[in-house]
This record gives sequence, C-alpha cells and structure tokens, in this order.
Amino acid sequence: MNTPEPIHIDRRVAIKWMLTATAGAVLIKAPSFGDAAQGPSATAAGGPAVGYGTDPNLVKGYKPGDLWPLTFTGAQRREVAALCDVVIPADDRSPSASAVGVTDFIDEFVSAPYPDNVRDGRKILDGLAWLDGESARRFGAAFAQATGSQRIALCEEISLYDPSNPGLKPAAEFFRRFRDLAATGFYTTPAGVKDIGYVGNVPLARFEGPPADLVEKLGLTDEVRW
Amino acid sequence: MAFVTPESVADRYDVLVVGSGAAGGQAAYTLAMEGARVLMLEAGRNYDPRSETPMFQTNDAAPLRGTGTPDKPFGFYDATVDGGWTVPGEPYTNASSEEGRQFTWWRARMLGGRTNHWGRIALRNGPYDFKPRSRDGLGFDWPISYGDVAPYYDKVEMLVGVFGTNNGLENTPDSPEGCLLPPPRARIGELLARQRGRRLGIPVIPMHRAVLTRPLDHRTIPARLHPGNAKAQRILAEDMQNRAACFWATECGRGCSIRANYQSPTVHLPPALATGNLDIVANAMAREVTLDPSGRANGVVYIDKRTGLEHRASARAIVLAAGACESVRLLLNSKSARFPDGLANSSGLVGKYILDTVGAEWGGQVPLLESLPPHNEDGAGGGHVYVPWWLYGKQKAGGLGFARGYHIEFGTGKGMPGGDPPYLPDPGGRTSYGLRLKEDARRYYGSYVSFTGRGEMIPNADSFCEIDPSVVDKWGIPVLRFHWKWSDHEIRQAAHMQRTFADWIEAMGGINARAPDADGRKAIKPGGFIIHEVGGALMGGSPSSSVTNAWSQAWDVRNLFIADGAVFASNADKNPTLTIMALAWRAAEHLLEELRNGDI
Repeated sequence: MNTPEPIHIDRRVAIKWMLTATAGAVLIKAPSFGDAAQGPSATAAGGPAVGYGTDPNLVKGYKPGDLWPLTFTGAQRREVAALCDVVIPADDRSPSASAVGVTDFIDEFVSAPYPDNVRDGRKILDGLAWLDGESARRFGAAFAQATGSQRIALCEEISLYDPSNPGLKPAAEFFRRFRDLAATGFYTTPAGVKDIGYVGNVPLARFEGPPADLVEKLGLTDEVRW
Repeated sequence: MAFVTPESVADRYDVLVVGSGAAGGQAAYTLAMEGARVLMLEAGRNYDPRSETPMFQTNDAAPLRGTGTPDKPFGFYDATVDGGWTVPGEPYTNASSEEGRQFTWWRARMLGGRTNHWGRIALRNGPYDFKPRSRDGLGFDWPISYGDVAPYYDKVEMLVGVFGTNNGLENTPDSPEGCLLPPPRARIGELLARQRGRRLGIPVIPMHRAVLTRPLDHRTIPARLHPGNAKAQRILAEDMQNRAACFWATECGRGCSIRANYQSPTVHLPPALATGNLDIVANAMAREVTLDPSGRANGVVYIDKRTGLEHRASARAIVLAAGACESVRLLLNSKSARFPDGLANSSGLVGKYILDTVGAEWGGQVPLLESLPPHNEDGAGGGHVYVPWWLYGKQKAGGLGFARGYHIEFGTGKGMPGGDPPYLPDPGGRTSYGLRLKEDARRYYGSYVSFTGRGEMIPNADSFCEIDPSVVDKWGIPVLRFHWKWSDHEIRQAAHMQRTFADWIEAMGGINARAPDADGRKAIKPGGFIIHEVGGALMGGSPSSSVTNAWSQAWDVRNLFIADGAVFASNADKNPTLTIMALAWRAAEHLLEELRNGDI
C-alpha cells in the first residue's frame, strides 16, 4: 500500500470497511473515522516509514521499534507513562499500564506509517500537547510533574464531554482514544490477560463448555442438550 | 510430481486447473486421486500451514497488538498472505462513485487462497435453494436439484470433516449417517441466546463448521469416497491419520498447523500430491485461455510473477477455479476470432449476475453475563451454534416485504483480548478510567453478544463486472470494472436482521446501545464485503440463457469447466464454500468420465 493504485474505491471508505471487519462488537464500539488518509509519517531518520507489508513472518515475535522507529521524545514518554497510570493504575490484582510496556505500545501505534495511525497519532500528539499546556496553566507544572491528585482532577474533567463547554470536546475525544489504546495495550499483556480472566489459548483434550454450576445458576440446564 | 517451476512443467497434462482454493483444491483432488495428470496454476506464493501458522501467538507479540492494517485487514495473525480488499499492483475499478453501488473484491494471493482464513462455516443449500424462481418468481432456477448435489455434499463432508447435527428443519438438509462429526458444546452466551430465542420463535441449533471435533474415520471413509480405487483409499487413509482433531485453541482464521480444520493446502492438496499425479506452479498469474483451430481449449498463458516472463502450459481440458470474478476476468480476457467478446461468451452472459451475501450486524451488552467466573470459551473458534432461516411460512405468505431468507451467526464469550476494548460500556458517556476501569473490565468482559445476519441476494441485471477499457494490472492484464446495486429485497432484509437482533438482545435482558437502523441502506454492508462472491458464469438449461451446463461445463467449449462459484445461479443464505466444493467434485467426476470416454 505504499504506492498509489489506480483503484476507484475511496481509500477512506475502504479502510473503514477493513477496520470495521476486524472489530469485535462493532456496533457498540464503532471506531470513529475522520479525515482522509495522510501520507506516510517521517521517521527519525527522515525517510518514509514503511509497514510490515502483505507477507510478514507471522510466527516470530515483534516488539515496538522492531518494524518502524519509535518517535516519542523523552518528555512525551514521561507524559504518556504518567497518563497511562492514571488511566490504568496498579491495584492488588495487577500492575499499572506503564509497568507492562503500554508506553512503548502507544509509541509504536502513533509512529506507525499506516494512514489511520498517522491520523490517530496526530490526535494523540495534539492531545498530549494540550494536556501538558493545561497542566502548566493550572498547576504550574507539566502533566508528568503534576501531583497525582492534580493529574486525576484534569482527567476527571475530560472523562465526560460537557456540551456546555464545547472547547473541551477535542480533549474529551483524545482522552477516550488514549484510554482505548491504553486498555488494548494493557489487556493484551500477560498481566492484563490474567486480570481480565481470559483463560484460553491452551490446548485441551476436550472442550467441556461452561461449568455446570454456572449453567444451573443461569437457569440454562435445559438448553445444554440438542 | 510436486511443486514445479515454469521450466520444469511437463509438456502436456490431462487437466490444467487454474486456482488452488476450495474449487481448485477439490477439482485437483478428485482428478488426481482418480488417475488424471493435473497441472495447477496458483497466482500467489507457495504456503505451508504447518510451519507458517501462528498457533498460540499472543497479541502482545504482534505489531500494533495484532490489530488490522491495510497490509493485513483482518489482523496481523490472519492467515491471508498478499491479500485483502486491495492487492498491491492488482487493482480493480468501480463504474459508479455512488455510495451503495460499490463492489469491494477480496483476494488472497497464496496457495489455498481464501480457504486459509475462511470462517469454516459449511452449510448445505436446501431443495428450495436450487429452485428459487419456481418458488417466488425471482432470479433463476438451477438446472440441477438438491438431489443431484446431495451425494457430493456427503462426500465433501466426509472428506474435509464437518461438525453439526441433523435437525429436520425446513430447507436445512440433514446429512446421512456417518457424514457429520459431533458438535462442540455451546458456550454460556449461546445457551442464553437459545433460551431467549425460543420465546421469539427463533430456533438455535449447532453450527456446521469444517473443524475436526474428533479424528476422521480413516477405516471406512476412504472406501466410501473412492470405491474400487485401492491407491486412492490407501493415500487418503494415511493422510486422514495425519490430521489431528481440534485442541480447542487458536482461531481458525489463522490457519491450522495440526490440520484440524479445512483449508485446501492441508486437506485437498496433500493427498492429491501424494498420488504423484499433481504438479503445482506457484506465482503463476493466468492471463488467457488459448484455443486450438477447432475451438477447443488447449492451454493457458500465464506470467511467472517472479520473473515477469510469459509461459504457456497445455492440457486436454481446462478447469477454471480462480474465484468467481477472477475466472470471469480470465474468460473475458481470452478473446479470439471465434469468441470476440471473451471465451465461452456466445450468450453475452459472462460477468453478468454477480452476487454477494447480504450482511448486517448488531450487538448488545447483557447484564446476565457480567462477572462470570473465568472459564475457557475458545472452543472450536467461531460460533458453535446458529439459526437457520426460520420464517419460510411467513415469507411465502408475503408478510415480510422481502423474498429470501437469512441465517444468524453468533459472537459471544471471552475471546483473546485484542483490538479496541469491547468490554468498557462507559455508561452515561463517561470514559471509564482508573481503578474503576479495572473493575469495569472484569465485570463487562464477556458480557457482549453480537449477531451477524447472512442473507440471500437475488441476481439483478445491475450487478455485473466487465473489463475496464483503460486500466491494467502490473503485468499488463486488463482488470475488472464492477457495477453493483442492491434491490429493495436485500435492503429490507438487512433492516429486518437488525430489528430482529435488537429484539433478541432485549429478550436476553440486554441493552442495545441505540435503536437499530430502520433504513436497511444503513444496515447493509457494501457489496463484496461478506466475501461470498459468486455468479458471473451461471449454469443453466440452454446455451442462450447460461454460460455452463449442469456439469459446470462451458456450453461453447466442451473441454472447459468452471469449477468455482461463478456458476451459481442463486446465492442462498448458506455460505457458498461447501456448495463450491460439492459442485467442483461433481464437475471433476463428469470431466473424468468424458476423458475416459474419449469425448474430450
């Protein structure tokens, strides 16, 4: 997809279809799509970054930075880590998002050359700049240097879009998108998988279906037999 | 014989098969197992599911946590190689820029094609589905009936392995004893849907999917499939023992290295290759079918994609199995003095009446399924249950406003986390974060149910493809230009799907995030989106009204067969793959008979 093709399907629509097809419960959490696709992002080296192509090796493991350079500055990394931990803090069952590499994932995401990433990445970077600016204005410190309660106060405000304050709409949208990314990053790690209670991806000799006591509790015992 | 290069292709074969997916795999299997010498051309690269399938890989080891990109539209671990709705260097065009009139064309350039990632849903067409015009006056009847195809459904089910049950429901055929494998148990959300569906009169039964829930019976099936053919029986018996039963992990869409589900490179091609009768050339992009002076097909010109050089292979008979629209493209690009409008196109019908499946989706959050104790719901991948079309009576009485049916597929349970988090409902529009987010994730994960409708489209004269007069692909081969239009039948059907699903979510005590789309135009997926592309070279009763006869044999060229979905005269709600395989087997048997008789 690195060369323009003489294809008459609108590119934005095509990508929307593709991504819709990959989402699970698409009608509940339909991703939003904005501007038309942009060109590839520039790498730190100045050349255009490229994706993994249509025939990548699927059996090897990858980590952020293996396929395209990460682009966060040191200050952005610190801010993203701080925001990650407001969004997904540690508790007695699992660590915080930044402790399991979610900062790296978000860097990988915003640095990726694909059109949606380029567009989303711009939103994320704009949002991070806004957040730092707002934090400095209110607390006299960048977000990463603000106190825990100051960070939460700011996030609380943008966790709900208030129509009476339309100026905060982009910030609220940024916060939702960042939250979704952080959750994707966190719940795909072993710690997140364990916390959320996904116990599959192991070979079984038999598939037993749901536990009998659960079936009974929901009044579904009669439904088990065909 | 095995994988060969253009330089090592033999001078002449009995049959040349273009394509290696469901149709090409089945045709080559049937032909090679019964002794014909076969050359297969595949436009994509060779592909070995045993070493290339990402079994057990988790999303944190994938770029972008495995989410879809233009390079891998269905996600990083999807089996597709060099494929998608766009393929670099291989464009297609749409005649209209209007929304709703676009056709989007999925291709997979790899050995086995789309069979590597397909949903493995393997439903039989029923008796009505072959004679739709006789029932409601719309579309076309096939020149064959369910009874003509049934023995081939039996064979395909026994060969590839399909789980399911016989339920004796209208136009939802039962299989003879010994064809189906036992279905897996239903998941908790599927059981709840079954119970609440009953209140709405919606029957939930086990899905039919091409996944081995136990090993195939290698002692009896080979003799049933290849009577009197000791060599074929021995090869198949041995191969069946090398296919493991499902171990209830790893999504089928990744492919299956233990060969527990059907994909052509793990099921059709290994035994066919073991006969020594099959040669395969990968990276071979077919451009044109050639004719001898008497008007018989005698070979295929193809381009070696690695070198860009053109080659020609020859055979006594040609089987097109490139995928419906790709086979159509090949016919239309094979022009000669005898066939100035494209090969086998004296009827003018090549490219006409292309079809997809009507698709609409809906989902909701179900409080009864919140905070359930963790248990393994991976199962056989995909849904374990489905709903066959259940409103034949009401529809026939004219009570629905659309003429054909749909079936319903399910999405429930706790799948492997990846993609946008489908477990944070954000009540009141407030973005959940902090400790609350962790509590929400534990509570809501696994509490979502989604329904997917898959419905029948009726052939119409506004949905067709032709050669674009000005666009060629990177090898200089003219490309397809699509024309597309849904009729009101499909649009109303899509709206009915969403309304039904929303009612069902409510019957489960669930919460719909919004009201369903009253306008089916908003609910229906674009043409081609469901990747059930069929039609374009319809079979029929006469040379003037169809492209092939009842044996998928071109009326105009006796030694040319079209084994893929292009011959479909209708596209029932049942997913087309099982029918494609059954018809390919049937066509290949007929071709074998004509080869033996010297008719070809």
